[in-house]
Amino acid sequence: MTTITDTPIDNGVDTAALLGAREALSTAPQAAEFTWRANCSWVHGTHSRTTVDGFSGLGADHDHRSTFVFDADHPECFASQDLGATPAEYVLAALVSCLTAGVAAVAQHRQVQLTSVSATIEGNMNVLGILGADPDVRNGFDDITIRFAIEADASPDEVRAIVAQSQKRSAVYDVVTNPTNVTVEIA
Amino acid sequence: MADTTTVIIGAGHAGLAMSRRLTERSIDHVVLERGEVAHSWRTERWNSLRLLTPNWHSRLPGMGDCDADPDGFMSMSEVVALLAEYAEAISAPLHDRTTVTRVSAAGTGYDVVTDQGVWRAPTVVLASGSSNIADVPAMAQRVPRSVTMCTPLTYRSPDDLDERGVLVVGASATGIQLADEIQRSGRPVTIAVGEHVRLPRSYRGRDIFWWMDASGILDQRYDEVDDLVRARHLPSPQLIGHPDRRSLDLNALAATGVRVVGRLAGIDRGTAQFSGALANVCALADLKMNRLLDSFDDWARRTGDVDADAPERFAPTCVSARPTLGIDLGDGHIGTVIWCTGYRPDYRWLDVPVLDRRGRIRHAGGAVVDAPGMYLLGANLLRRRRSSYIGGAASDTADLAAHLHHHLGRNRESTAALIRS
Repeated sequence: MTTITDTPIDNGVDTAALLGAREALSTAPQAAEFTWRANCSWVHGTHSRTTVDGFSGLGADHDHRSTFVFDADHPECFASQDLGATPAEYVLAALVSCLTAGVAAVAQHRQVQLTSVSATIEGNMNVLGILGADPDVRNGFDDITIRFAIEADASPDEVRAIVAQSQKRSAVYDVVTNPTNVTVEIA
Repeated sequence: MADTTTVIIGAGHAGLAMSRRLTERSIDHVVLERGEVAHSWRTERWNSLRLLTPNWHSRLPGMGDCDADPDGFMSMSEVVALLAEYAEAISAPLHDRTTVTRVSAAGTGYDVVTDQGVWRAPTVVLASGSSNIADVPAMAQRVPRSVTMCTPLTYRSPDDLDERGVLVVGASATGIQLADEIQRSGRPVTIAVGEHVRLPRSYRGRDIFWWMDASGILDQRYDEVDDLVRARHLPSPQLIGHPDRRSLDLNALAATGVRVVGRLAGIDRGTAQFSGALANVCALADLKMNRLLDSFDDWARRTGDVDADAPERFAPTCVSARPTLGIDLGDGHIGTVIWCTGYRPDYRWLDVPVLDRRGRIRHAGGAVVDAPGMYLLGANLLRRRRSSYIGGAASDTADLAAHLHHHLGRNRESTAALIRS
C-alpha cells in the first residue's frame, strides 16, 4: 500500500486573506477607497527621480517598508544621459508586473501550482507623435504585446484561463485599456 | 381598507404562477396589475423578440398540454396570449388597471396602497418584474444632440430608426439580437462588447437548454453557486430564439458586416472611446463556453445513453488585430445609440427598508431579509439557475408558497399566544 501525501499548492499568495478582505470591504465600502501616490523631482535634463513611500486606504495612511526610488530619463539617442528607464518603459513594467502578480494570485485561488512565470512586453510607438512631427500620430503606444511563458501543473486551457482572469482583475491593465480622467494643477 | 392574506404585485408569469400555488393551498389573495395581464410583455418589448427558451421549458403550474411545437420559441404575442389564457384558466383573483403606489409595514404585515384603494395583508409577493427600467450609464448625457438615443424598452424595429449607422452598446442577448436585425435592415452597426456570455443555440444536435436542463445546471441552487452576486448579475447569454435555430455570436455578427469594438468606456468631446480589452473579454467568453461544453460531455459520458451527436467545438471568437478604439459620434455617420446595458427593477413604491446600498432587494432565495412575510419572484437566479426564465416560476412558486404558508402558521401561533397571555 502506498500513501500519497498531498503537497499544498503554494505560490506564495495568501488568497484566504484576500477573500477575507473582499468580504470585509463589501460591508464597509468606505474602507475600500484607496489613494496611491508618488512624488517626483526634476534632477537635470530629462532625468527625474520619483519616490513612493506611502498610500492611504482602509481608513488610514500607510507607510511602505522603505522608500522606493525610480529614476527616469531618456536614452542617449534622444541626446539624454540614459540615467533611468523611460517613463513609457515604466508603464510597460507596471503593466507586466501587475499581470504577473495576477497570474500568481489567480493560480493560487484555483489551486494551480506554478513552477515558473516569465513574460516579455513590447509596446510599439511611432515617435513622430511625441516629436510633434505628425499630427495624425498619437503620442502613446499603438499597441502593446505581452508574451507569457508559464510552467504550471495545469492544462493549456487552464493556463489560458488564469492569464485571461489576471487581465480581468488587473488595475494597470484597466488603466491602459480604458480612458481615465487626469487633472493637472499647478501649486 | 380591504383585508386579504396575500397581495401579489404583478400579473406576469411569476405573479400568476404564485396565484395558482396559493389557490392550491386555499390561501386568500389578490393579484394587482398596473395594466393588463402580461403588461411588460405587451408594451415594453421589441417586435421581433421571441423567448430564448424553447416552449417545453415554459410550462406554468397547473397548465395543461400546450399545442405549440415544444421546440419552438414563443413570440411576444404568443407569450401574452398564453398568460392571458392562463389567468383565465386558474381563475386568478385579478385586479387589473390597479397601480401600486406604496407598500409599507403595518403591524405584522403590510399595507399595499394603490390608486384603487388600500389592501392590508400579512404577506406580500413582489412579482413586478426585474426589467422595469433600462439601466443607462451617466455618460449617455455626453452623446451629441445630433444622435437619437433609445433603450430596448422603447425600441420596436429598425424601421423606426433613420438610415444612418447605429451604435449598439452591450452584447447580451438583447444587444446581439438588435445588432443583428438592424444590420440586416441595411444600417451599418457597431456593437460595443464588454464581458459577455457566449452560448451556441444547439450543441451535439440538441438545444442548449436541453443540455442545461438534463445535466442539472438549471437546478443549481442559489446557495450552491460559487459567487452568487456575480452569477445573479451576469449578462444574459448571447442567444436568439429564432425559428431557424441559428446561433448568434460575435463571429456571426461580424460575418454580416457588424463592426465589433470593445466596451464603451467613455465619451469625450463627442468621441466614443472603446476599451482595448476586447480580445480578453472574448477569450474569457470562449474559455467559459468550452468549460460548459466540457461539463456536458462529461455528464453525457457518465450518464451513458444520451441521444446526441458527437462532441464538437466552435471556432474561437475572431477579433480584428486592431479593433477601433474611438468613433466620433458627431460626424454624422452614427444616427442612433441603443443602450443595451441592462435593466433594473423599479421599487420606488417600496417603503420598507429591504434594499442594499446598490438598491437591490436583500433576499434568501426569494424570502426578503428583515421583512417576514415578504417574498420576491422573477429575479435572476432567485432560487436556482432556472429562476431566470419563465420555466423557473413553477418550482420557485412551489417553494415560496410553502414558505409563505408556514410563515402564516407561525404568525397565527404567535398571535394566539399573544392573545392568551
